[in-house]
Amino acid sequence: MSENWINVCTSSDLVDNSGICALVNDEQIALFKICQGEEQFIYAVSNWDPIGKANVLYRGLVGSIMDEHFVASPLYKQRFKLSSGECVDDDSVKITVYPARITDQQVQLQIVS
Amino acid sequence: MTTNEHLTRIVIVGNGMVGHHFVEQLIQQSNEVYGKNQFHITVLSAEPRLAYDRVHLSEYFSGKTADELSLTSAEHYQELGVDFQVNARVDQIDKQAKMVTIESGAVFEYDKLILATGSFPFVPPIPGNDQPHCLVYRTIEDLEAISASAKVSKVGVVVGGGLLGLEAANALKEAGLKTHVVEFAPQLMAVQVDVSGGRVLKDKIEELGVEVHTQKATQSIEAGENSRYKMVFADGEILETDMILFSAGIRPQDKLAREFGIVIGERGGIVVNDHCLTSDPDIYAIGECALWNNFIFGLVAPGYTMARAAASNIVGGDVVFEGADMSTKLKLMGVEVGSIGDAHAREHGAQTYTYEDQVAGVYKKIVINAETNKLTGAVLVGDTGDYDTLLQYALNEIDLPEFPESLILPSFGDAAPTLGADALPETAMICSCHNVTKGDIIASLDGGACDLAEIKSCTKASTGCGGCAALLKSVTDSELEKRGVEVKKDICEHFAYSRQELYHMVQIGQIKTFDELLSKHGSGIGCEVCKPAAASILASIWNDFVLEKPHVTLQDTNDTYLANMQKNGTYSVVPRIAGGEITPDKLIVLGQVAKKYNLYTKVTGGQRIDLFGARVEQLPLIWEELIEAGFETGHAYAKSLRTVKSCVGSTWCRYGVQDSVGQAIDLENRYKGLRSPHKLKFAVSGCTRECAEAQSKDIGVIATENGWNLYVCGNGGMKPRHADLFATDLDTETLVKYIDRVLMFYVRTADRLQRTSVWMENMEGGLDYLKDVVINDSLGLGAELEQQMQHVVDTYQCEWKTAVTSEQSRKRFRQFVNSEKSDANIIFVEERDQIRPATEIEIDQILGVKKPVKAAATSINIVEVE
Ligand SMILES: Cc1cc2nc3c(=O)[nH]c(=O)nc-3n(C[C@H](O)[C@H](O)[C@H](O)COP(=O)(O)OP(=O)(O)OC[C@H]3O[C@@H](n4cnc5c(N)ncnc54)[C@H](O)[C@@H]3O)c2cc1C
Repeated sequence: MSENWINVCTSSDLVDNSGICALVNDEQIALFKICQGEEQFIYAVSNWDPIGKANVLYRGLVGSIMDEHFVASPLYKQRFKLSSGECVDDDSVKITVYPARITDQQVQLQIVS
Repeated sequence: MTTNEHLTRIVIVGNGMVGHHFVEQLIQQSNEVYGKNQFHITVLSAEPRLAYDRVHLSEYFSGKTADELSLTSAEHYQELGVDFQVNARVDQIDKQAKMVTIESGAVFEYDKLILATGSFPFVPPIPGNDQPHCLVYRTIEDLEAISASAKVSKVGVVVGGGLLGLEAANALKEAGLKTHVVEFAPQLMAVQVDVSGGRVLKDKIEELGVEVHTQKATQSIEAGENSRYKMVFADGEILETDMILFSAGIRPQDKLAREFGIVIGERGGIVVNDHCLTSDPDIYAIGECALWNNFIFGLVAPGYTMARAAASNIVGGDVVFEGADMSTKLKLMGVEVGSIGDAHAREHGAQTYTYEDQVAGVYKKIVINAETNKLTGAVLVGDTGDYDTLLQYALNEIDLPEFPESLILPSFGDAAPTLGADALPETAMICSCHNVTKGDIIASLDGGACDLAEIKSCTKASTGCGGCAALLKSVTDSELEKRGVEVKKDICEHFAYSRQELYHMVQIGQIKTFDELLSKHGSGIGCEVCKPAAASILASIWNDFVLEKPHVTLQDTNDTYLANMQKNGTYSVVPRIAGGEITPDKLIVLGQVAKKYNLYTKVTGGQRIDLFGARVEQLPLIWEELIEAGFETGHAYAKSLRTVKSCVGSTWCRYGVQDSVGQAIDLENRYKGLRSPHKLKFAVSGCTRECAEAQSKDIGVIATENGWNLYVCGNGGMKPRHADLFATDLDTETLVKYIDRVLMFYVRTADRLQRTSVWMENMEGGLDYLKDVVINDSLGLGAELEQQMQHVVDTYQCEWKTAVTSEQSRKRFRQFVNSEKSDANIIFVEERDQIRPATEIEIDQILGVKKPVKAAATSINIVEVE
């Protein structure tokens, strides 16, 4: 059972207030780092844009609405909440979110198979 | 001709402004009443073209083309299902058989006939009036003849000092002729202004170098001694001239009625009732040929009302024509003239207040009724600033203030008592061209319109003569305010400011990064709206490299990856090909690169070549090769200058008058890289044939014999807009100066993602205001705007060159941080010998996903992915 945290890259690979993409077990996972004041947030979501139907989410712009962080799809601009995967602009779609953390300069994900 | 038996057949004789308005009205009213067009409409136009804007005819001399003046087109009529013939003068009506015949002999049957034959210029019966350089001013062909004659003339005379005569005189003066106006009456514009007003007007016009001769009756036109002709007057004096323009009034074109037994007035004009019906129950007359209550209305707005009334009568509606207000406001040779209602104080018991300032040349008079509580007329010469207010007092019978003279007396310090939009009743007519009242504006706000542009587009208000623009805006603003709509311009939740305000903050506060802007003036972390807007503002002002660390995460994906994302997540690459000129060697390189990376190639509308299907990780490799061959970025991904399209110009073309390609290349190289609120497209045409389609561009340049004509704020695309003619015959230096100023002013003041066309539509004061700012430097900003542009020009860098040489930037062009693999979901198939993205079904098939395949694609060639 247990925690199952996988190392995917180092924290220096992350880009402040932007996204990168990692390939984990043939899954494409978008990783975002958001800096707000002193605080830092790490998010991991599926890179697949269910509306644009392409692997592009890591190339979207990040932002906030009412203090919730989101990424806007670079294709058709729908916004997905990074904490829940919900789509702000379309109730019918959702993206997968993964627990993510930084330990010892390593970006780690928890992937339940 | 296709005739449908079930439809009522409508034949319209004449396709002038009013005849055309009738077509639109009938179809609109029919749609409203029957839910569809119930009529088979046939339009017969004696002129060689369809309807055009006669009111703005004089603009033909300042460069407007016949196309730009047109009110409709063959395609438009076809779309509406309207049959039409040009060069089709009707010369017979058979009222019994209900049919008309045109000169060629063709016959058209009707159920209802509409006479919209307008009027023709009156040429006084003076011996010698039929010589080649004796002309009139009514049609485009007339203007062509006047232009031709002016080219071989030095002196011109306009016979007639009315409204049209003075407009014609202005045209001759602009054409460089020594100009005279000869008037039979003792004063100018005797219909609209009184004797004193006429005198002030005469003085002002003579100051401008036009000689005015009043009380002159011409007896004959003979061969001249120094000029082509000699006019001999009744008092024995003579005037030598090379050409003569008759503008001595108009006469209703009632020939058909006269010849075929339809009642006409004593002094001409087809007699009509309130429904615009003539003496024949199936024949209507509308516009300048119609005589209502013994009166001919020589303006377009009453004609439009007649068209509405006639159409309404045909569809069973209740709109009637009840006369019309003949008030006018105009600017003749820069002299403002206004006339309202009973200008001559002829009504019983009328009393007047008069104000005259001989020093400034201003004359104002108001006429009030016997009870001294209502305004019934006014004359304004030299300053029509009070016109709108006075007109509303007159039209809406608003009670006069305690001291009516305060309406025209100059105010010192205290603002003049203008009539607020609030004081107007809902019935107040705001736009008389399109019959829009204050009530209509309120209704369209109720119906969901929420700004000026929307009101304009749904009511058409202010899209006719445009005279009501200021009034429309103040009514709209005051209504919006009443609804508590604070016209909110906040760009998003992170900044309570408009784009224009942010621009100022960045500039004044010397703000260099988004973080700084956010911490000083915003909240949260920003979003997909404010970040690219801020990035664009920062780039317009400081022009740093867009992929530098503080800026890179602000950009839309296209800006970040310096390429255009396509539907499957791959990119297209568009190198700059300035002016569309490219050497064979470079063309070959493009082909080689496309081949090597297996890219789909297509020629774009902006005269360059687009390479599709590049994966994100291939972009730097592709660009290394392109840069090596001398290419630079084309900014196709950015809100900035895209292309300057050109025709081949005088270098090769038999018709070209200037080197349009050279000019296009220079302009493209100057403005490339300028970040702006939205994309910018230019074009340069080498002659007026306009093969580069410059008039559909943000900045359009058209070569003339003497230099360049500049057009601004045009647009193709979803909502096409013809560019406005901004200035004519410019040398290159002035051209560039004006473009610098226009563009920088746009960059400073436009909203986010607002194209120049919409910017212009929303600009208070419109084209004239922009001209004032740019040409007359009315805000004193000219030098600053140019300087700022020069900074952008001087700090230009090819973003791709900088990107490929920076390790930091290159790192971003990786699909995965932790793998060299490519995105396995990007799959191409072949079509017409090139790649294209596979469809969803094809991808499932190829990847072997077990899903029901709806339409099995036959023989798919999978393109190898390395
Ligand atoms: C230079 C100029 C400036 C003006 N400025 C203003 C202004 O500022 N404000 C304003 O309100 N008004 C202005 N006017 C007046 C305005 O243009 C007219 O009121 C308006 O055009 C009248 O429209 P209409 O359709 O009745 O007549 P027209 O526009 O004259 O159209 C009549 C058409 O019928 C055609 N026709 C005639 N007989 C026949 C036939 N037998 N068979 C087929 N076709 C026929 C004619 O060729 C013509 O094309 C101006 C006019 C001119 C010339």
